[in-house]
Amino acid sequence: MNWLIGAIAFWLGAWVLNLWLAKRPKMKLAAFVVPTLFGITLLILWEGVVRGFQINPVLLPAPSSIGIRFASSIPTLWVDFVQTFMKGALSGFVIGCSAAFLTAVAVDRSPFLQAGLLPVGNFVAALPIIGMAPVLVMWFGFDWQSKAAVVVVMVYFPMLVNTVQGLKASEPMQRDLMRTYAASYPQALMKLRLPAAMPFIFNGLKISTTLALIGAIVAEFFGSPIKGMGFRISTEVGRLALDMVWAEIAVAALAGSAFYGCVAMIERAVTFWHPSQR
Amino acid sequence: MSWFMRHALPILTVVIAIMVLWYAGAVGLNSKWAYDKAKRANVELSFSGLIADTLSQIKPKLPAPHQVVAEIWRTTALKNITSRRSLVFHGWITLSATVLGFFMGTGLGILLAVGIVHSRAMDMSVMPWVIASQTIPILAIAPMVIVVLNAVGVSGLLPKAVISMYLSFFPVVVGMVKGLRSPDHMQLDQMRTWNASKVQTLWLLRLPSSTPYLFTSLKIAMAAALVGAIVAELPINQNGGLGARMLVGSYYGQTIQIWSALIVAAVLAAVLVALIGVLQNITLKRMGMAR
Repeated sequence: MNWLIGAIAFWLGAWVLNLWLAKRPKMKLAAFVVPTLFGITLLILWEGVVRGFQINPVLLPAPSSIGIRFASSIPTLWVDFVQTFMKGALSGFVIGCSAAFLTAVAVDRSPFLQAGLLPVGNFVAALPIIGMAPVLVMWFGFDWQSKAAVVVVMVYFPMLVNTVQGLKASEPMQRDLMRTYAASYPQALMKLRLPAAMPFIFNGLKISTTLALIGAIVAEFFGSPIKGMGFRISTEVGRLALDMVWAEIAVAALAGSAFYGCVAMIERAVTFWHPSQR
Repeated sequence: MSWFMRHALPILTVVIAIMVLWYAGAVGLNSKWAYDKAKRANVELSFSGLIADTLSQIKPKLPAPHQVVAEIWRTTALKNITSRRSLVFHGWITLSATVLGFFMGTGLGILLAVGIVHSRAMDMSVMPWVIASQTIPILAIAPMVIVVLNAVGVSGLLPKAVISMYLSFFPVVVGMVKGLRSPDHMQLDQMRTWNASKVQTLWLLRLPSSTPYLFTSLKIAMAAALVGAIVAELPINQNGGLGARMLVGSYYGQTIQIWSALIVAAVLAAVLVALIGVLQNITLKRMGMAR
């Protein structure tokens, strides 16, 4: 019972502190402290509830036991991470996004194809493409190639739609200026329209980071070698070793957030001129 | 006519190109098996024979579109809808989980957005985690959520709906925060001069002006909810659903079955999103906000 009371007391304390911090004039530090405190509060509440109600660790392990499991099985987690993220998700992400980008540039000169591709691409991007996973595992075998293929299919259409839209983003005035400079098509593309498209392209890339990890993990449910995050999750769920599953999820969460953060940082460097970055 | 030339014709061209590619792919991918069969039977395979064989195999690597359409017709129109072989039966299971999760997600999303707009502390503490929650591949947790909820005694629709909810609340939060903040200072000042309370401002100004944002987010949320429901059905074999159908199909190499489930899921997604689009048009027109 003490655990529960302690957790609730911490929650109230953190709440009051957060309210106080939020009321104060804007500080750089507060923007970092407030969400961190909130996250820690959630973890402590979780720990307190698990210990206070003595929840069976098969149902919901406490964060502390997940942490211990995480620390003790780092080699396994690393092998899984390399298999799923480095080989499956990352290679698929690179192939899929560059293929979509090249397609978008290729159809750029034909308004006819664009008018056809945009609605179809938008439609396909909203479809449950993840359902292709069993088919692609059947085609490309159990190893990382099939995972990369799933990722390629998943990221292709969101990326394509965003790039095609981005290439249309430059203003008529700016395009006219290019014409008065007698700029050739490649020049106008490189100097004006691609830079103007960057916010859209990075939007597509950011959506794709999450999709890539999801695709690689879910594809492993349909067959994989005896390593990989999806494989580990589905087998450890079968053995009811939920602390290992949560450790895998922690890895996925860290990898996903770091991947997203990397792309967002590159975006900040490339599109420094955009109003949303200032 | 000009509408046809500008919109329908390009789309039609792209769709036809996809169909042609699909047929070509079916011939290419299935030809190995066709050649193997012909070799064992000691017959020379003519070109037309090859085409005919590759487009009519029982377990092809890539089924041809007409095979998938025939399978869909066979399993929807020609089967009793309560039969376990009917795609309508499986589609209904997935649809109910999707819709339940969608409403739960939308409710949660709107509540969070209202809280975020009204409390700075909540804005600062919750918003970063809402964004972080989506960089976590939640679908990876799907099997665990289902196993755990099953162990607690919650089974059937709700575990799947929970996953749909998790995927669909995010676009609603982001869209609604933007929408609830869309009234400009002038309008907010006007509410203040009328001495309107916070609740009145929310109800009479903020909510109405957020409707266009709401509908845009709802479309994304609906598509996400369907993906969530299908993936929730994948990990362990459950009592029906389009995802379960795909899983069983992949176990037994029934590619036509996988593809028909996929196409039905696609049609379902399109219909649901179109439905919200119609609702959006009607609502915005009656509110005088249609563009």
